[in-house]
Amino acid sequence: MSMAEASTRETYGKTLVELGRENPNIVVLDADVSPSTMTSFFAREFPDRFFNCGLTEQNMVGVAAGLAASGKTVFVSTFVVFVVCRCFDQLRLCLSQPELNVKIVATHGGITVGEDGSSHHAIEDLALTCALPSFTVVVPADAIEAAGAVKAAASNYGPFYIRLSRPKTPIVYPEGYHFTLGKAVTMRQGKDATVIAVGIMVAGALEAADILARQNIDCRVINMPTLKPLDEAAIVKAASETGAIVVAEEHLAQGGLGSRVAQVVTRKKPVPMEFVNLGDRYAVSGKAEELLQRYGLTARDIVESVRSVVKRK
Amino acid sequence: MPNHSEVSLGSASPGNNFNLSIAELKEMAKKLRRHVITMTATAGSGHPGGSLSAADIITAFYFKVLRHDPENPRWPDRDRFILSKGHAAPILYAALAEAGYFPVAELATLRKLDSRLQGHTDRKLTPGVEMSAGSLGMGLSFAIGVALAARLDFKTYRTYVLLSDGECEEGQTWEAALSAAHFKLDNLTTIVDCNGMQLSGWTRDIMNLEPFTRKWQAFGWHTLDIDGHDFKQILSACQRAEKIKGQPTAIIARTIKGKGISFMENNVAFHGKAPTWEEAERALKELE
Repeated sequence: MSMAEASTRETYGKTLVELGRENPNIVVLDADVSPSTMTSFFAREFPDRFFNCGLTEQNMVGVAAGLAASGKTVFVSTFVVFVVCRCFDQLRLCLSQPELNVKIVATHGGITVGEDGSSHHAIEDLALTCALPSFTVVVPADAIEAAGAVKAAASNYGPFYIRLSRPKTPIVYPEGYHFTLGKAVTMRQGKDATVIAVGIMVAGALEAADILARQNIDCRVINMPTLKPLDEAAIVKAASETGAIVVAEEHLAQGGLGSRVAQVVTRKKPVPMEFVNLGDRYAVSGKAEELLQRYGLTARDIVESVRSVVKRK
Repeated sequence: MPNHSEVSLGSASPGNNFNLSIAELKEMAKKLRRHVITMTATAGSGHPGGSLSAADIITAFYFKVLRHDPENPRWPDRDRFILSKGHAAPILYAALAEAGYFPVAELATLRKLDSRLQGHTDRKLTPGVEMSAGSLGMGLSFAIGVALAARLDFKTYRTYVLLSDGECEEGQTWEAALSAAHFKLDNLTTIVDCNGMQLSGWTRDIMNLEPFTRKWQAFGWHTLDIDGHDFKQILSACQRAEKIKGQPTAIIARTIKGKGISFMENNVAFHGKAPTWEEAERALKELE
């Protein structure tokens, strides 16, 4: 990939500091990994409003709920697997059910965590968080969008989940892009098929569209940063105008963006669909790029899915 | 059992207009127990055993210890009472109703469709309920957040959280116990309703918690062992806890599951089963 790259978690750390300066009500919790989640920047500038909860993640979610119930806007950070997968019951009863103002911003999403292996690959998180009734779920496509998503979380009441990545990821937006919560973004127009992508797969989808253009397939690319609530209108429009949809995500087949888009397409505008995802399996240790290839999450894989879905039109 | 009777009971906290005497507290506890029996019998389900063991503790808090305002349930300076053992919702509802948070008549709607009184507590629905509960082991963590917020905002309210002994089998309780001591939360008091029983039997047989008080001490807490059915001991323990600085206090309250009704006391069958109407009538007679 030839695009410039930047770290979503570094952007998160810097954005939190900005927000902390504007809003004295913002409190941040972390579970011993602030040098990795970059909440360390906030901790340095606002030590009184930062609590290292140690390795007590379930407790940390409850503490966040108590702070939020007392009027604070609470950001909670650690790796995705340790807060979403480990703490699902706490997310459910302490945040989702009572609709408390807690923002779970977790890093190390997906398999691009890489060498740490399957224990650290967060590939069930979108299914889990999208299942929580009052949650808003956002996966930024790049560092620019990450900043917008974090600011949106701070200014919109209620529980949020934002998934960030470990490695630097390609920049897909121009400087000055304004993130709008709940809105899909058409990254590239096209009439033969639409790829709806999220997170790091947006860059892959754009690369795929370039390849497809050389094969005379005019492919639309939509970034769907907000998985919940979903921009149904954008999906229906894409289905109507291009007649075929491919959904690409760094997640298991079940319960993520693919399932959510399919529900809308089935109900409102049935068209052929294909899915680019991890399927129903855990990955192994390896470099991020190696894993994306091994598990079928490259631009090439998107190209194949688009070619196949177009044939079914 | 240590003797706390040398501590003067004093007047109620400022903000609590109830200020009942010990004799009045005993009468109120009896009234709340009657509500628990009637409510669960009417609902046909619920958890009378753990509600009755907590009846005296909850009566002491709502009618003496807490600074609270039933007219203004979210008064920012109120003392917080968090029920972590959410299955004891009936006794909390009874206290809230008698204190004036909602009409006593509403108690009859417990667990019914569209009632504000859910099977387990719901922060969004019930005036005076601080937190949704029912999945055990979560309340102490929530209370830590509330106590930290008081510190951040320079507020003097105190945070109390009622646990069951059974829920101390949950690992999260001990994560929270570590944290509260680490953060030196002396504005936080935990009361453990140690009735010694859980759903299927005695805690000592199912997952032994003893030596229980020593565990809290080892986690960095000041501890007070009391008889959880003795109002003098409950009230003086709360006063003592307020004076302990630099660490949180755990009041280990030894209680009897089903307390007050002969055939429910230490009877595990009434953990999660409502009395029949015939049993309820017998129980209410004992509570006259």
